[in-house]
Amino acid sequence: MRYARTNTLLLRTPEGVVFSLPLAGPVSRFLAWGVDVGCIIAATSLLHQLLSFLGSFASATNIIAYFVISIGYGIGCEWYWRGQTVGKRVLKLRVMDVQALRLDFSQIVVRNLLRFVDMLPGLYLVGGTACVLSRRFQRLGDLAANTIVVRNPDAPQPNLDQLLGGKFNSLLEYRHLTARLRQRTSPQSAAVALEALLRRDELDPQARLQLFASLAQHFRELVEFPPEAVEQLSDEQYVRNLVEILYRRA
Amino acid sequence: MIIDLTRFLADERKHWTQLEQTLDRIDRNPDQRMKLDELLKFHELYERASADLAKIETFSSDPEIRRYLERLVARAYGEIHETREKRARLNPWRWFTGTFPRTFRRHLGPFWLSVAITIAGCVFGGVAIRIDPEAKQVIMPFEGLKEDPSDRVRREESAKEDKLAGHKSTFAAQLMTHNTQVAIFTMALGITWGVGTSISLFYNGVILGAVAVDYVYAGQSQFLMGWLLPHGAIEIPAILLGGQAGFLLASALIGWGSRKTRGQRLRDVAPDLTTIIFGAGVLLVWAGIVESFLSQYHQPVIPYALKIAFGATELVALTIFLARSGAAQK
Repeated sequence: MRYARTNTLLLRTPEGVVFSLPLAGPVSRFLAWGVDVGCIIAATSLLHQLLSFLGSFASATNIIAYFVISIGYGIGCEWYWRGQTVGKRVLKLRVMDVQALRLDFSQIVVRNLLRFVDMLPGLYLVGGTACVLSRRFQRLGDLAANTIVVRNPDAPQPNLDQLLGGKFNSLLEYRHLTARLRQRTSPQSAAVALEALLRRDELDPQARLQLFASLAQHFRELVEFPPEAVEQLSDEQYVRNLVEILYRRA
Repeated sequence: MIIDLTRFLADERKHWTQLEQTLDRIDRNPDQRMKLDELLKFHELYERASADLAKIETFSSDPEIRRYLERLVARAYGEIHETREKRARLNPWRWFTGTFPRTFRRHLGPFWLSVAITIAGCVFGGVAIRIDPEAKQVIMPFEGLKEDPSDRVRREESAKEDKLAGHKSTFAAQLMTHNTQVAIFTMALGITWGVGTSISLFYNGVILGAVAVDYVYAGQSQFLMGWLLPHGAIEIPAILLGGQAGFLLASALIGWGSRKTRGQRLRDVAPDLTTIIFGAGVLLVWAGIVESFLSQYHQPVIPYALKIAFGATELVALTIFLARSGAAQK
């Protein structure tokens, strides 16, 4: 395991593959906690209304209900949703084992009970300070339970069908130039071009034209294809053809 | 520099989808056990996705595929490399009568340390109140404890009305939650390398010692026993269990004589911390009920001898329970 400069935990599997977990910072965690406090207040208020018919027992049940909900909310939610509470779901955060292993029930209990110390003297001052000072943004409960909180953005399977759809590519006929293009293009440039194509539909029309114009210009400076190969090609089509060349084996 | 992305995606995507579906199934039903062939397939899919991630890192820089694969591999990694035994479905009775007392017995050192610190606090509190009676105003946490014990006993024994009438359940609830909070707090303070746990136990001991000496020297030993023993026989050991859990946490943090990493030590003690603190919580529920419905009633309503006998029986039963229960299981 090693730590990057960015807020990312890098883990190396026994198979030698490295993957990263983006760590959640104190601000997003504080906001998630705010949502959770709202949920606890809402749940106890609702229960208070529901239990009012119990008469003299209502007060006792309210005291116990508040205590159980305030402690059990985090434990129950994180166990049921595998590391998430309502607040963490809203903020797309998740509690994980520090070695990315499955979260054990006892870890959830320990990190939630240690809130008693993290909350001191109020507003999570101890926990917040520990979180800021810790390399992995861990409050004391996380340190004791061996847990981290990671950002958990949706990562849907990328749809590249529409990208490399096998359209005619006039540039492929110039093998010596395509070889030169592969040689001169850095991985970063190739990634930028691919990313631009993947996200082209998210761009404003004007921004889209400008982006592909500058990308096309960049690649023209690397390799110049004959005019008959590129005439009638828009900048975007030109970049798409180049990406196809770059991402196909020669 | 670049792989054939189209072919790569066409070949691998179905395996990623399969792995994702398997992980979703595990998420939905974590307790379900896989058959051997399913496990082998799961492992194969994980290794394949890992290899794909390695390829992507080496040959291409597409961030979206990489992010997707990283997340997939991270999810599968947690399931594949988890070596801790999955717990069987919880049986509350077996847990309370077996797991809890066995866990307690496994960590007697931290428990005796809790006892020693509490006794030290008792001695300090008792001596302090004898040397300087004025200290009572500072040491005692409640107004009711600051008055002369004889006055209180006279008032309680001549009371014609039930002062808790209509409020017994509320009082019991307050006691349960407050005492459980104290036990959890004592445990949680173990994160201060045990310093906070020691202070908490010592402070509890000081109050206990001061109250005991105050009542004994006022000639109210029988009242004291009848008042404290029924609930204290369970409540005080439960707080000591909180201290035991706190010192257990502290010892895992400090790690004297252990070659394991701090993370591994903490990982090892987490289940025992959970068991001990939940066990203490159960005991405190009982103590709260007894304190509210029995301890606050004195002679002539309930004879002191009966209350003392009840408390002594509880203490003996708890000792036998913690010392012997669950020994035959496992």
